[in-house]
Amino acid sequence: MKDTPLSNCERDFLLKAIEEKKRLDGRQTYDYRNIKITFGTDYGCCFVDLGKTRVMAQVSCELVAPKETRPNEGILFFNIELSPMASPAFEPGRQSELSVKLNRQLERCFRNSKCIDTESLCVVSGEKVWQIRVDVHTLNHDGNLMDAASIAAITALCHFKRPDVSIQGEEITVYTPEERDPIPLSIYHMPISVSFSFFQQGTYLLVDPCEREERVMDGLLMIAMNKHREICSIQSSGGIMLLKEQVLRCSKIASVKVSEITELISKALENDKKARKAGERCGFAESMPQERITALKMDETPVEMKDVTEKAEDIIKKSEAPPRTVPSPVVPAPGVGQVGQCQQNSWGLEEEDGESVEEEEEEEEDEEKMLVEEQPKKKVDQGDIVEISDSEEEEVVILHPEKPIKKSSSQQKEAASSKKKT
Amino acid sequence: MLSALKERVGQVLLPGDEFVCEAEDTLSLSATARKDTAVCGPGLRRSGDRVLVCVSGHLRHKAPNVFWIQSQSKRVVPAKGECVIGIVTAKSGDVFKVDVGASELASLSYLSFEGATKRNRPNVQVGDLVYAQFLVANKDMEPELVCIDGAGRANGLGVFGSGGLMVKVSLGLVRRLLAPGSDLMADLAGLFPSEMVLGLNGRVWVKSSSLQQTLILTNLLQSCETLSPDQRRALFHRVKQGTL
Repeated sequence: MKDTPLSNCERDFLLKAIEEKKRLDGRQTYDYRNIKITFGTDYGCCFVDLGKTRVMAQVSCELVAPKETRPNEGILFFNIELSPMASPAFEPGRQSELSVKLNRQLERCFRNSKCIDTESLCVVSGEKVWQIRVDVHTLNHDGNLMDAASIAAITALCHFKRPDVSIQGEEITVYTPEERDPIPLSIYHMPISVSFSFFQQGTYLLVDPCEREERVMDGLLMIAMNKHREICSIQSSGGIMLLKEQVLRCSKIASVKVSEITELISKALENDKKARKAGERCGFAESMPQERITALKMDETPVEMKDVTEKAEDIIKKSEAPPRTVPSPVVPAPGVGQVGQCQQNSWGLEEEDGESVEEEEEEEEDEEKMLVEEQPKKKVDQGDIVEISDSEEEEVVILHPEKPIKKSSSQQKEAASSKKKT
Repeated sequence: MLSALKERVGQVLLPGDEFVCEAEDTLSLSATARKDTAVCGPGLRRSGDRVLVCVSGHLRHKAPNVFWIQSQSKRVVPAKGECVIGIVTAKSGDVFKVDVGASELASLSYLSFEGATKRNRPNVQVGDLVYAQFLVANKDMEPELVCIDGAGRANGLGVFGSGGLMVKVSLGLVRRLLAPGSDLMADLAGLFPSEMVLGLNGRVWVKSSSLQQTLILTNLLQSCETLSPDQRRALFHRVKQGTL
């Protein structure tokens, strides 16, 4: 499928904006977008979000025969998949130019820099070595896939643990994770790539281009460095001419960025380690913010008022003890949340207190209805209140994952109070 | 049928819901035929004697008998009479190929511009933005666009877009902006003096007096999708004061 073409008006606007040092999303010239790192349940699986660009890296290992030229070194294999899910411009099957370029850059960045101790991957010299395979899948392309891929790859490698092996004479025993704890890889340093895009024949530069900026750029400079200020790989594409001072300046900027990103990765790894040690359930599903729509509007329909108190008491007598309320999700560390383990199903009973289907609304009736409804409501657990209004303006509530989600009793009070407002 | 539909106006309906015509017991030959027809708009489809709901959304009603489903989506499906913003991708012979964000490229004949003749061709280049109306748009044929109305006048349609920025929003937001008496539109208009072209395919072109203002407007537009009215008013207030 073809990608949406870039119109002349967008191109002109972007170039003019860059000349005035303005970016589309309000960033500064040297600013990165928000980076978010989450881990999966298995060791070696991690997701990286760079703004809207999203990639996933998965590390796996296998015992194979080593290369003939290097009998006592393990094998590293890198692979980036440009999935059509990431962008309509990516077609399945065919190896596009971008895919070849990214694969090559990733290999140079990690393999040639010798960031992993391959000799420690040797089991029996000349016969059996570990082959570590890193697969990076692009899930959404909003610019700067290379940086996201490099962060994902190195984080996944740091997170990965290979099975323990013991040799007794001629016998090799590979232990499962249940028998013996798996061992992490020995990583010397963390190379991270930083991309610089150039515009107007090298006059203006931007760090971390988004997708639209990438479309109008003249050339791209990729510098892979580690936090010890060692350049692991440097590549310029697009055929632009760069001055020596420009390249030096870019490398200085890159060293600052790399140290920030390395700190972020270490923190994320720490948090994950702590979470796993404390025995909490971790993984991608757990670290997703719990998003619930807590307020919708509904037309107020009048309710049959006769015999309500008797009916209410009836219901209270008949209803069973409320199930154990859902405790508020525990946030053991920023970015990792744990939601309910083995709780009783608290998707409450939908209570309908004899509503009649007339369209008239009367103020007193509503108030009475609400006072009465509050009583049985407190006993019966949360039932979702669906309210639909006639207005064109839709009442939308924004959910902030950082705010702690209130307990269920206060939620009911909230639901009742929101009903009072409408 | 009409009464069954009228009952559920304003409610949320899901695909698969249906309205059945109550069968009449006897057909009186002397009584005149009742005009009980309901006009099905987008989202409703008639099959036999039932009306089926195809998309999820609210059921809306316009007197006397028009019903439709108001839904939220991002996928563009061309519909006849809709005005959209297209990007010219190619010139092939007498026809421009225009990308409207749908699954197919639409065709726009060069004669469909105001004052265009075989000798006097319109000044349209590849990459230009055009505001055009669908003349032919169904699932069996390639969509066709025109930049004139029935009388041959441009009426606001045509090539545009020097300066300004185009952004993509959801279809629901564009409809909210175009609704008569929309709060959202009034709030936006009160911020900065600006020019806006709204295409029903989710594309919005904004141009204001300065680059910074244009950028602010486009970012606000995109964030309006997920803001409640109070949050939106608070945000706009901050922008007006210049504290953002």
